[in-house]
Amino acid sequence: MKAYLTALRAIVLREALRFVHQRERFVAALVRPLVWLLVFAAGFRAALGLSIIPPYQTYITYETYIVPGLCGMILLFNGMQSSLSLVYDRETGSMRLLLTAPLPRGWLLFCKLLGSTLISILQVYTFLIIAALFGIQMDPLGYLAALPALLISGLMLGTLGLALSSFIKQLENFAGVMNFVIFPMFFLSSALYPLWKMAESSSLLRDICAANPFTHAVELIRFALYLQFNGWALLWTLLATVVFMALALWGYDPARGLVNRKG
Amino acid sequence: MSTGLSVTSVSYAYGAKQALDDVSFDVPPGQFAALLGPNGAGKSTLFSLLTRLFTTRDGSIRIAGFDMAKTPRQALEKMGVVFQSQTLDLDLTIRQNLSYFAALHGLSGRDARARIDRALDRLQILDRAGEKARNLNGGHRRRTEIARALIHDPSVLLLDEPTVGLDAAARQSITDHVHRLCAEENLTVLWATHLTDEVFDSDQLVVLHQGRILAQGRCAELRGDAPLKDYFLATTGIPA
Repeated sequence: MKAYLTALRAIVLREALRFVHQRERFVAALVRPLVWLLVFAAGFRAALGLSIIPPYQTYITYETYIVPGLCGMILLFNGMQSSLSLVYDRETGSMRLLLTAPLPRGWLLFCKLLGSTLISILQVYTFLIIAALFGIQMDPLGYLAALPALLISGLMLGTLGLALSSFIKQLENFAGVMNFVIFPMFFLSSALYPLWKMAESSSLLRDICAANPFTHAVELIRFALYLQFNGWALLWTLLATVVFMALALWGYDPARGLVNRKG
Repeated sequence: MSTGLSVTSVSYAYGAKQALDDVSFDVPPGQFAALLGPNGAGKSTLFSLLTRLFTTRDGSIRIAGFDMAKTPRQALEKMGVVFQSQTLDLDLTIRQNLSYFAALHGLSGRDARARIDRALDRLQILDRAGEKARNLNGGHRRRTEIARALIHDPSVLLLDEPTVGLDAAARQSITDHVHRLCAEENLTVLWATHLTDEVFDSDQLVVLHQGRILAQGRCAELRGDAPLKDYFLATTGIPA
């Protein structure tokens, strides 16, 4: 057990050191949601009317509505970014070093996943602090309650990235997949509009959004920020995590020869 | 129980392309074995199987007596690897790189620090432990990777074309170093290369070509009076 924890600490620490060395990435990851919050949301505030829906107990501004979605956006982009770095690591060789450690492969991948998720959560809290400075504040306890929701959501999106990285042969192929995963996942969710609003234009779109695991991750975060528990969202997010992790483990199974297979 | 390296009837195919065909050889404990083959011979595929980056159902691999298919963790614990591609984190110091690797092998604290110092000292780079890997030249980066591969005291050391991209002096230095380690520390070494001048007469030689073993035995006996390069070209049928 000590060996497992020693490896976990080392892998998380390495992710943290990488993060320290890539401060531009940290800033870039914050710029994206801030632009959405301060520019996009300001413009859409007048165009979009929001009714009172759980977990809100009163009318809210559009900026307030999209904050949980933008937290999800940070986790989503970082999850994909870390899977991109996995493909890079695989091509450069450092992934080989990790996978030849005498520990179960699933554990090693989980450690890597946890490390990158913790970094993402740090970015989310930085974003929430900036949002608070612009007047979009939550209950102080809500910030604390959001932590497990952010962790579960981050792990779910990280496992998705991990699964994707295992099926991508070369780094160059990744950009295309990003477009087919990130954008549909983000836009076909409740991050920017509530599902009832989506249903007004198309019930099919609403159904797609309702099936999207990212929607449930966002709702899990949204409810947690307002000190409420959304069991259905938790169940969906956990289920998606298990499915994506199983896919990732299958993808990284040495019997499939992923790490060095011919491209 | 053998403490060396044993490869028995190993085959591997990428789809229809046969990369390894019934490969068998043994490296006794404390022996330096050179796996000599031209580019595309299957050396890297064999190394991926030896390090369990992927697995095959055809054949078996034993590291220090542990079957890679049945007891992979014990086999990996007994093995040190230097990959062909560079695997140091260039933004980290040498010590940080080695600490990371030590932790992957369950080593931490004072024990890890002592092992890292010993491994760096053995490769004569202890004085540079605090420098970032980015500041090292190719030869020293390779030395660092070899030192790293020795932290957990493996009994088998695998090196996949470790001198690729190095100048002649660095190549010779690394080659001599590993030969010395093998002799002084009873380390079993498998050294993949396509360069005949890295193989000593006393080494065990395994010639791999197009996925098959063409010859194996003591280098001096195999080459006879001919230079190793001529013997290798003649055996593989590659025009000079």
